[in-house]
Amino acid sequence: MEPLQYSFMQRSLIMAVIVGIICAVVGSYLMVQRLALLGDAISHSVLPGLAIAFILGANIFVGAFIAGVISTILIKLISNKSNIKEDAAMGIVFSAFFALGIALITVIHKDNKIDLNHFLFGNILGVTWTDLRDTIIIAAIVILVVVLLYKELLFYTFDKLGAQAVGLPVNLLDLGLMMLIGLTIVASLKTVGVVLVLSLLITPAATAYLLVTRLHHMMFLGVGVGVLASISGMYLSYFYNLPSGPAIVLVASVLFLLALLFSPSQGILTHLQQ
Amino acid sequence: MNGNRAIEISNLGVSYRMTEALRNISLQIKPGRLTGIIGPNGAGKSTLLKAMLGLIRAREGSVLYQNQPLQQQLQLVAYVPQRSRIDWTYPATVWDVVMMGRVRKTGWLRSFSANSRHLVVEALKRVGMDGYTNRPIGQLSGGQQQRVFLARSLVQEANIFCFDEPFAGIDRKTETIIFDIFHQLADTGKIVLVVNHDLGESITNFEDLILLDRQLIAAGKRENVMQEDYLYRAYQGKVVFFAKN
Repeated sequence: MEPLQYSFMQRSLIMAVIVGIICAVVGSYLMVQRLALLGDAISHSVLPGLAIAFILGANIFVGAFIAGVISTILIKLISNKSNIKEDAAMGIVFSAFFALGIALITVIHKDNKIDLNHFLFGNILGVTWTDLRDTIIIAAIVILVVVLLYKELLFYTFDKLGAQAVGLPVNLLDLGLMMLIGLTIVASLKTVGVVLVLSLLITPAATAYLLVTRLHHMMFLGVGVGVLASISGMYLSYFYNLPSGPAIVLVASVLFLLALLFSPSQGILTHLQQ
Repeated sequence: MNGNRAIEISNLGVSYRMTEALRNISLQIKPGRLTGIIGPNGAGKSTLLKAMLGLIRAREGSVLYQNQPLQQQLQLVAYVPQRSRIDWTYPATVWDVVMMGRVRKTGWLRSFSANSRHLVVEALKRVGMDGYTNRPIGQLSGGQQQRVFLARSLVQEANIFCFDEPFAGIDRKTETIIFDIFHQLADTGKIVLVVNHDLGESITNFEDLILLDRQLIAAGKRENVMQEDYLYRAYQGKVVFFAKN
């Protein structure tokens, strides 16, 4: 309980828990659609948006979100309009955006007190009440959309053609999902940064996937894993003076490893015994 | 009267990038008659189904049902894609998948009604999968997966049923169940359209056939379509085995 007497620790913990929740929920959709790499691409692509928003004095969340959307559109354009496959398109777009972001931040950091490392790996101890408020708003939107569109998104992510054939607006659902992913990544930047956010999206969802067999169960259990990783990661970082983003990611990875080894249905060691 | 309740396809053409997949298809699909779409690999059988429903864009032509474009009446259609196109490791149970057939009828922002749940239970009984309600779909055999998809199409309460290769890689028992239900649907005046790869004995289950090879070779009663010269043209002399009528 000791760390909780500091208000910066209170803010960071709340932030980490919220991010753990929405990442697990949205990450479940990424996992079941085999879009893990798209999560990585979007997260790296938000960097120039952050930098430009910072230069213009605009809200950096908005800048990051816009950059994420533009990169997604570019990826789709390249893969639809040419014979370049989607994975190559992702690689090209996200590394270009990432490079632009690093270049911009390096240029502006001379005049401003900003640190590239904070963007890359997060700076959760620097979270302000405004950051927290923005994150809570984003989390509320994300969870509301997932709850309200649950049955449509389940159908769409399982069987796109079937969903299209009953007349569901599949392009809108796809766009909606991309928005959810973009919002979630933007909300997570302060906590883990652009490089490690993929872990919070995929690892708790994948851990849950090894243990349960329905999408909403996967989301609930994933949230549990994500929150547990967030809280223990923050405590580890406080007591052992570790960077908090990596500490959270490491805890999540250990939880995944345990599920991989001991899952009753799919565990590697479980099957060895049989 | 019959003309209105049939699907009228006129001059339908589909191109993928530079290649022509289907050209100048005009035909009628009648209700109450189990209709098979046959033809060699790459003949455009699945493409015809998808283009009819607007799942891929047609270059030209029209598909009418009750004198209106079919694509504007998708609530009347139950479409079952090829089983191999689906990721069966998706975290869902048999119940979840069959329930998807009720999503459109339920509508946005609403949860499934008692009636929907009742329809799902009945459909699972009808396809012989009532003991598998809570089974994860990844633990089903190919035939069981296909029956789950059949149940999903049944709960849609559709007038038009379209199946893409439902008999690929399934067991005999499932084949029998599926054909029984197809016949029942046709007997109650539904349109039942099935892409079928197999030209073996099972072909005699179909009353009408559509024989394709990027264009329409023949369509109509099975006896009239299963003519040697038509089949020779479609399969271009490759050896085919088919049942005698």
